[in-house]
Amino acid sequence: MVRVTEPLLLAVVVATALAFDFTNGFHDTGNAMATSIATRALKPKQAVLLSASLNLVGAFLSLTVAATIAKGIVDSNVVTLGVVLAGLTGGILWNLLTWLLGLPSSSSHALIGGVVGAVLAAAGTSGVLWDGLISKVLLPALIAPVVAILVASVGTRLVTRFTKDVKQDDNDRLFRWGQIGSASLVSLAHGTNDAQKSMGIILLALIAAGAVPEDSGVPFWVILSCALAMALGTYLGGWRVIRTLGKGLVELESRQGMAAETSSAAVILLSSHFGYSLSTTHVATGSILGSGVGMKGASVRWSVAGRMFLAWLITVPAAGIVGALAYGLGALVGGGVGSFVVFAALIAASAAIWYASRKDAVGHHNVNDDWKPKQDNESILAESVVDHDMKLMRVSKKGKRRKLGGKR
Amino acid sequence: MSTYVEWDALGNILLWGLIVGAGLPALFAIGVRIAEGPGARDEDGRISTGRKVLSGLCFGIAALTVLGAVAYIAAGGH
Repeated sequence: MVRVTEPLLLAVVVATALAFDFTNGFHDTGNAMATSIATRALKPKQAVLLSASLNLVGAFLSLTVAATIAKGIVDSNVVTLGVVLAGLTGGILWNLLTWLLGLPSSSSHALIGGVVGAVLAAAGTSGVLWDGLISKVLLPALIAPVVAILVASVGTRLVTRFTKDVKQDDNDRLFRWGQIGSASLVSLAHGTNDAQKSMGIILLALIAAGAVPEDSGVPFWVILSCALAMALGTYLGGWRVIRTLGKGLVELESRQGMAAETSSAAVILLSSHFGYSLSTTHVATGSILGSGVGMKGASVRWSVAGRMFLAWLITVPAAGIVGALAYGLGALVGGGVGSFVVFAALIAASAAIWYASRKDAVGHHNVNDDWKPKQDNESILAESVVDHDMKLMRVSKKGKRRKLGGKR
Repeated sequence: MSTYVEWDALGNILLWGLIVGAGLPALFAIGVRIAEGPGARDEDGRISTGRKVLSGLCFGIAALTVLGAVAYIAAGGH
């Protein structure tokens, strides 16, 4: 009989890791499926079901799980269970907040940010390997979209040139299949890649608590629960993010969707092959932008893209602040009780964000509504930024802006 | 800066990304053009066998690449 130290803390960390896994699936559905939904290659519900199934399969497909977290970015000696819990809390809350704003942002960067913040609170600046943080996280966030824009725009330009005198119906019919195939590949890669991160975290927690020996493989229940948590999150679909990616950046047609998803799949797989990991989210977003750049006559909403880039730059510090606060809270209360308090705070904050999202819910029924019809995008955006009111950016089904609040 | 960015890996990603990520959609588009482009169908609306074979070849290579990528993921390369 192995003796488990701090069983309560372990249980809380495992539950939080699964919750992060869930938000990861939830937040990243759009990376693979936004274009297929926007071009109506698949119905919204079909798309999320396909993506969830492939995420599930992907999680079982390959098991090269490493029990490391933020390797080369923080000093692994200072990563305790309390740090992991606080880091996960930062990652989850940043994922939910960006989802509320409809902004795609990297789940892995959010987790790294949360852990970095927690390490700073726990061990000070010496616990963070700053060179690693810059070279493995911050710079790739700038490089990934550039590479993806380039590849996708060349692909889109070639595709549209070759098929410019093919009837639109024939194009849509045939490219639909290419689109589904390439999007499926992105889903599969995501399931393999990201579910393994959560498995690694749980394995790390089990080892740290002495529940399994140091050289243990991943227990089957960990694989199964991680796969299911991510698939469930994917199936519920982060519709707000899907909407931004599919409708907010570029008006897409099947040919662009196919070129964008192929570019995403290629760049994601190649980047891990050459050992220079780029975030799925950054690549997918860049590819969609590129499919607008490469299409003659298409307009790209750079104002929306700009907000995303900004969100990517502040992902690590923002999740870090939450992670640091969560660590502080846990340390202040102390022990197993402290971890429960952090967990409770996480649940309360998540519930509040969910409640806020109900006011202008986005679901499978309205995910494809026109983005901002008959209105100048920049003016609405500027207005909403000045007034700090996201609701101004909301459009009704008929395309008229709703007047909210009594001011105007 | 050179220590912060792995230029070799980046160059490889860009080169192969363009070959596969842009080349494959282009190949697929050529297949579409052969199958449904101008002059593809005769008066009865049929597509000639030669065109079917050629376009099938284009789609086949694309499908095989996807299967190859799945095998690559399964082999733990990812």
